Amino acid sequence: MFESFLKLLKEEIPFALVTIVEGPSKGAKLLVQSLDKPLEGTLGNEELDRVASRDALGELAAGRSGVRHYGLHGEAREEAIQVFIESFAPPPQMFIFGAVDFTGALVKVAKVLGYRVTVCDAREIFATKKRFPQADEVVADWPNRLIDKVGHFLNAQDAICILTHDNKFDVPAVLASLKTKVGYIGVMGSRRTHEDRLARLKENGVSEQEITRLRSPIGMDLGARTPEETAISVVSEIIALRTKRPMHALKDTVGPIHG
Amino acid sequence: MREILDDLEKWRSAGKEIVIARVVDLEGSGPREPGASMAVNEDGEVAGSVSGGCVEGAVVSEALQIMESKDRRIVTFGYSDDEAFAVGLTCGGTIHLFLEPLDW
Repeated sequence: MFESFLKLLKEEIPFALVTIVEGPSKGAKLLVQSLDKPLEGTLGNEELDRVASRDALGELAAGRSGVRHYGLHGEAREEAIQVFIESFAPPPQMFIFGAVDFTGALVKVAKVLGYRVTVCDAREIFATKKRFPQADEVVADWPNRLIDKVGHFLNAQDAICILTHDNKFDVPAVLASLKTKVGYIGVMGSRRTHEDRLARLKENGVSEQEITRLRSPIGMDLGARTPEETAISVVSEIIALRTKRPMHALKDTVGPIHG
Repeated sequence: MREILDDLEKWRSAGKEIVIARVVDLEGSGPREPGASMAVNEDGEVAGSVSGGCVEGAVVSEALQIMESKDRRIVTFGYSDDEAFAVGLTCGGTIHLFLEPLDW
């Protein structure tokens, strides 16, 4: 089964691996992809397979891993068997718009955190794989065009970082991002650029409610100076937003951005 | 297990025996979530981690035992007063690991 397991992981297909960790036939395994795909392996009982695979799909949808107890034939509220359901969801995605100084550092840090990273810039000479060897994909296109194309695949775990800090590019990119369900929209720029951008966004019909979704200026108030420090300030903000911990975000502070 | 795949494949193609330890459950504060994994091969080489470094040493010796006995089992690491000298997590939590040979 390990070969199938490897293949699913490499192809980034979401699936769950169910393993009996306590009870008879310890170590028995079931690979679950979706309702319409056949199960691979067995936990030793058809009914148990059915119940466990249903629960595994639920865990997978929530991106969770954990233990469950069943009777020998999948009965609820019995404890003869303990299984571990491990979810393998595809990695979160980060789209970085703008092939600028900060981009390379952000790509590196995002890769450390396990993101699948795409860099996009409309300027073909800057949007090259050679400049961002660690990016999974480098696209030469207008940011808003790319977001319109891939936006419906994005959800709460994903991030869009708009580093162009040029209103010609970032206003359309923000407008396109706001149409998606992406969990994080960070927009780089000085406090003045930020004010100017807000005015332009409002001219384009963006509501106050929508503006609260934007992390602008992007990042935590770390007094970051270098591209690497700035990258850390951006991913720190993404983490703190997910964990809902209090933070000093640049969005909520005043004064100079760089320390 | 994603983060230890490269090592697993390398060791497998070299025909090494491998034991995998996965965090399946935790109580209280623990540094790694269920699904965090670590692998040990017959030469005692290690990939991945299941805590902040608190229990990895003990996991290696458990894994080497399992390589001999070929069984699979849950191993629990925690810290409480009555087992003051046992291996525990400095953060005070308890983790349950499932260890098994990579024979599937």
